[in-house]
Amino acid sequence: MTRLLETTGLVAFYGDAQALFGIDFELSAGEIVAVIGANGAGKSTFMKSLTGLVKSEREQIRFGGAAIGGLPPAEIVRRGIALVPEGRRLFASLSVEENLKMGATAKRRGPWHLERIYRLFPILADKRAEPATALSGGQQQMVAIGRALMSNPSLLLCDELSLGLAPIVIKEIYDALPAICAEGMSIAVVEQDVSMARQVSHRVYCFQEGRVSLHGQSAELTREQISLAYFGI
Amino acid sequence: MSLLEILLQGLLLGGLYALFALGQSLLFGVMRLTNTAQGDFIVLAAFAAIAGLAALGPLLPAGRAAPFVVGALLLPISFGFGYALQRWVLNGTLGRDPLPSLVVTFGLSIVIQNLLLEVFSADPRSIETEGLNTASVALPGGLAAGVLPVGIFAVAVAATAVLQWLFARTAVGRSFRAVSDDKEIAELMGLDARKVYALATAIAFVPIAVAGVLQAMRTTVSPADGPVLLLFAFEAVIMGGMGSFWGTLAGALLLGVTQQIGFRLDPGWGIWFGHIVFLALLVVRPQGLFPKTRS
Amino acid sequence: MNASAAHASSRERDGSDLAHVERSTRTSHAALVTGLVLVALAATLPAWAPAEVASSWMRELVEIACYFIFAMMWNLLAGYGGMVSIGQQAFFGIGGYVMLALGNFAGVNAFVAVPLGALAAAAVAVPVSFIAFRLAGGYFAIGTWVIADVFRLSVANVSAVGGGSGTSLTALRGIEKATRETATFWMALACVIASIAFVYLFLRSKNGLALLAIRDNEVAAESQGIDVRGMKLAVYVVAAFGCGLAGALYFVGNLRISPDAAFSVNWTAFAIFMVVIGGIGRIEGPIVGVLIFWALNKLFSDYGTWYLLGLGGLAIVVTIFFKQGLWGWAQQRFGWSVFSTQRRLRL
Repeated sequence: MTRLLETTGLVAFYGDAQALFGIDFELSAGEIVAVIGANGAGKSTFMKSLTGLVKSEREQIRFGGAAIGGLPPAEIVRRGIALVPEGRRLFASLSVEENLKMGATAKRRGPWHLERIYRLFPILADKRAEPATALSGGQQQMVAIGRALMSNPSLLLCDELSLGLAPIVIKEIYDALPAICAEGMSIAVVEQDVSMARQVSHRVYCFQEGRVSLHGQSAELTREQISLAYFGI
Repeated sequence: MSLLEILLQGLLLGGLYALFALGQSLLFGVMRLTNTAQGDFIVLAAFAAIAGLAALGPLLPAGRAAPFVVGALLLPISFGFGYALQRWVLNGTLGRDPLPSLVVTFGLSIVIQNLLLEVFSADPRSIETEGLNTASVALPGGLAAGVLPVGIFAVAVAATAVLQWLFARTAVGRSFRAVSDDKEIAELMGLDARKVYALATAIAFVPIAVAGVLQAMRTTVSPADGPVLLLFAFEAVIMGGMGSFWGTLAGALLLGVTQQIGFRLDPGWGIWFGHIVFLALLVVRPQGLFPKTRS
Repeated sequence: MNASAAHASSRERDGSDLAHVERSTRTSHAALVTGLVLVALAATLPAWAPAEVASSWMRELVEIACYFIFAMMWNLLAGYGGMVSIGQQAFFGIGGYVMLALGNFAGVNAFVAVPLGALAAAAVAVPVSFIAFRLAGGYFAIGTWVIADVFRLSVANVSAVGGGSGTSLTALRGIEKATRETATFWMALACVIASIAFVYLFLRSKNGLALLAIRDNEVAAESQGIDVRGMKLAVYVVAAFGCGLAGALYFVGNLRISPDAAFSVNWTAFAIFMVVIGGIGRIEGPIVGVLIFWALNKLFSDYGTWYLLGLGGLAIVVTIFFKQGLWGWAQQRFGWSVFSTQRRLRL
């Protein structure tokens, strides 16, 4: 399997406060990798670094063979990384369809387009003209995912998809992931729910206070191993 | 003068104020920029038109068409000027703190006023309209209105409609709204916020140019007029409610009408009355007449 | 023993004083002494300066004092209160007109009327705040300008104080010129010292910390129990008092008032320039700013429009390239601090 994404010694700062202390991470084409960890472990910071929202050294992140650390977000999405942000962050002044269209700004070629998003999430087709923020939490999450897919990424980053959603809705969202993966898209999910993370992914990374405390095949890691790594005991 | 006549004159005046205010509304809506030089840019456009008429004199068609030709030439220049201004000066001042953009636009205001004073002296000037600014048209009900004010009103309504359409129905407008909602995520979609802002300011400078030319045709302009026009533009935007161009138009019409009522009561109290109504509205309905609520 | 071992042993000795908060620096001590010397020199000016020169110097210093107090108050409001106002001239004018009215019509001694004018401005600030606080950010700024314009237009229609063309201060007519000028000068000096002292002590106090907290993050400050609205109102009223003081003082010196002069937005414009160039949010900023402003004024004001154009351009350049103002830049570069309201943690 070809290595699609690779970070080497990735560090990140918010002003003077250091959030990541050297993350080594890799992801191959077609894989689903989960990132778990307690609040403040650095998972979201990691996602932000990958997408250019938080600056890093050029060589610390390699994607598709090129060094992309610190590039502007617009450039990174053009190269094929799309983010479903934590908390959805839909555009409040735009309708559902307009939000989806915004995702296509980068004009990348690929299988994802408006109609296909509506086939994936049929409820959105009914609500396409409504203001995006008038939808329920789960539906908004669908819009956020759809918006990211519209840029036809090769790597989809999902930051806390289950945040604030009911379990049945979470299941519905995650059930859609295989369909997204079917054509070779790679996915990295940040997830609070450890068992959901293990179910859905091939491999798992556990973050603890800005460092990788554990990584391995989702099916092989034991609950005790994960607990230790999660809480850093 | 009957109440109906006052109302009519007020609405027509409000049309001009809408042109003053549309650019201000756009800039604040898209990038939270408070342009304290708004009025001065309008005056600058007016003087540019006056200078243009003088310089291009023999090349222009004779008679009433001349100012409109110069005005049309001024539009793309104004567009480009706005783009450059945002891209190279104002973009650096945007952020959470409103002070830098305020100080820079304030500085620009001083620079423009004194530059105009230096080049044109303090004498009020106007554009020769060959009687257009005194021509009147008869309306039903025995009312009469100036041709120019009616024309200005029509242009104002058209400009409002165009801007509303631009924002609601085009990809450009969509990018403006997205960047205004969440700049970070908009960049994540592939937008370059700096260029989006520059385009927004460029568009905002078109009604500024139109307003400047029409103001100089309607009445006289002098280099120090900027601040007065700024306050009118600002009052129109606030009274109308933020986030809506039709709201800005409504606010401008309200301002025009209240000022006319004030003028009729006593010539010295016209502007004052407009201010008072503005402040009163701010107390009882601070969100304005037609605010676009954002969730 | 090497340095780190010596340090370690001193830490063991002074267990109670591991880390302390440093409030003054060597520079600030030096500046305090210099300041006292300057004040002494200034106060005795009529004694040691030649008569012809003393008169014009005193008049100039009174003017500088007014500009400076106004700038300090604008700085307090914007830099520490987080409220950028383009309408402080409203209180400047109110201070001036109330002083004049008390002096001309109520027979109050004009010098006594100065602080009374300031009090009137502070009193007016309370109802004004109910309206002004409806707005925020840039729109607050222009809104205060509208309010100032309302005062200007209102006063311009009051014939008792000369309407649009203004009137003269008759209350000081009986006093000999030299005495009047000296008294005005000393009053100005007293006002300047009082303003600096007040702002300095205020900012060093817990209120100052609260203000900084509000400026940095209002919501967080509120959650810590700070009465945000109360503090903002307090700062707004204090700034109004100061601007009113400056206005009343100015027209005692100027003897003639008019609405366009009293309520001119130029007062705020100049204050903005002084503070931005000197550095917003720092006490030394307005001092540095007023000195630079005055120097520029002396050198270039004959050039009229070009001078103002240059000022505007300078403000633009400083705002874009020297975000903390020239003093702020120097402070970062060289670590200077004269009026120490910072607290440095020394470990």
